[in-house]
Amino acid sequence: MVQIHALNQGRRSTLRPNTFWLLAPAITVLVLWTQIPFALTIYFSLRRFNLLNPERQGFVGLTNFASLLSDPVFWTAILNTLVLVGSVLLITVVLGLLLAVLFYQDFPGRSLARTLIISPFFVMPVVSALIWKNMLMHPVHGIFAWIAQSLGQEPIDWLAAYPMQSIVIMVAWQWTPFALLLILTGLQSLSKEQLEAAKIDGANPWQEFRYIIVPHLAQTLSVVVMLETIFLLTIFAEIYASTSGGPGLATTTLPYLIYLKAFGEYRIGAAAAGAVFAVILANIVAIFVLRMIGRNLQGGRT
Amino acid sequence: MTSQRLRWELSLLAYLAAGIMFFPIFWLFLTGFKSEGEAIAIPPRLFFTPTLESIQEALTRSDYGLHVINSLISALGSTFLALLLAVPAAYAMAFYPTRRTQGTLLWIISTKMMPPVGVVIPVYLIFRDLRWLDNIWALALMYAVMNLPVVIWTLYAYFREVPHEIMEAARVDGASTRQELLQVLLPVSLPAIASAALLSIILAWNEAFWSLNLTSAQASPLSVYVASFKTAEGLFWAKMSAASMIAVLPVMVMGWLAQRQLVRGLTFGAIK
Repeated sequence: MVQIHALNQGRRSTLRPNTFWLLAPAITVLVLWTQIPFALTIYFSLRRFNLLNPERQGFVGLTNFASLLSDPVFWTAILNTLVLVGSVLLITVVLGLLLAVLFYQDFPGRSLARTLIISPFFVMPVVSALIWKNMLMHPVHGIFAWIAQSLGQEPIDWLAAYPMQSIVIMVAWQWTPFALLLILTGLQSLSKEQLEAAKIDGANPWQEFRYIIVPHLAQTLSVVVMLETIFLLTIFAEIYASTSGGPGLATTTLPYLIYLKAFGEYRIGAAAAGAVFAVILANIVAIFVLRMIGRNLQGGRT
Repeated sequence: MTSQRLRWELSLLAYLAAGIMFFPIFWLFLTGFKSEGEAIAIPPRLFFTPTLESIQEALTRSDYGLHVINSLISALGSTFLALLLAVPAAYAMAFYPTRRTQGTLLWIISTKMMPPVGVVIPVYLIFRDLRWLDNIWALALMYAVMNLPVVIWTLYAYFREVPHEIMEAARVDGASTRQELLQVLLPVSLPAIASAALLSIILAWNEAFWSLNLTSAQASPLSVYVASFKTAEGLFWAKMSAASMIAVLPVMVMGWLAQRQLVRGLTFGAIK
């Protein structure tokens, strides 16, 4: 027995290819394009560096961070980012959950309806921004303005009067399908027998939803929240193509502020300090997601 | 009886929700077939004589073709490169795991969680010094790196389901690693490779942060071109819609086909 085992072991190891060269290219590329640039971002954040005056460089310690933290613009951007992410999360998770329950039922034409409803997720963000900004929210030629007028109301200049709300609506429209798809996937592991049993026990639809569906989805919902947070923290194109961060600073989020500082004002040091904050913010959430992914990797091992 | 009725009402509600969510896209497509005057008409025109004028005009603008080609190069080129790097890596991790494999995989996934703004400044400066700014191949390289974690993960998840016996049999018959990969694994993995490719193409095609920051006139893909319509205040809406429609439609169809893979690829197995 022992001998056979040893033999097997031996055979395994001789059959084992050198996996180093298979993995090395992918890992090298990822290190070169993610880790080294981030290290450089940290390096730049500690230096005085303005592209308009590139000769005047030098180590300035934490000055960039100090001036960033004492800048009200930075705090506005942080607040805007949190408002955007928080509101979109709330809307997409609630809507996604309700829609998932709706689309969990079998009804004729379900796959067509499902295909239509998830389509916004595949529209390039720049185009979504233009559709909403122009064709829907425009104060003169937009459909919303026309609806308001038909109802005898003053048309609203959405992007001027309610800039952040408008961006939230746009982004929520794009990400509700994502939440819906994920929650539907989570629902598929719910056994129909369990629902049948609840029905026989006299549960009404609300009780079914509240006491069976929602608890079953607890893990799925937390994954939706965390993944969406990570993706939403990087929202850029929608703002670029619709409000350009304005009016004033009303829709300037952290990514947009970093973009403005780096490519509008050429203040590399300050922008890099902001970027370090953006990474920290994303990592707070990423740690939890990665832990969950790691757990599933282990659990799935055969 | 009542549950039958409830079911009816629920499906009606589902149609209604689908209609509302799809309406902005429907409206974009409709506007693409209008003339400029009809595009901004109030009340909005649902019925009109459709014209191909705006689509023609969008297509025949000399630079539109350039942007389409740039989008194709960056989406397909980056996908090809990502697969080239990902297939061997996923193969090694799925079939020959070591004690460090799980950590490596998690680290690869973690790079996807790095916000692009965290690295944009050095990347921009390096591109500038290498004279890679406004170069479509450089953008494709950027996209390949961006999508590499998703592609590796998608392939890895599939490879793990492939019975190891197939590979071992080939190995005992004296196949080299290269033969094993190309002649045994690839043919049975075509569906996985196709879905990883689809996912990567969709993500690269729609991307706008890197394209806006790293390209300008020569290398800009459709995302950048469409963004240039952002100042169109009631002007050129039909042309904007026509140009957008052509940019959106092919990828939307791909998205319809790749729904399930998309969920798997973007959640990294966090949802089972």
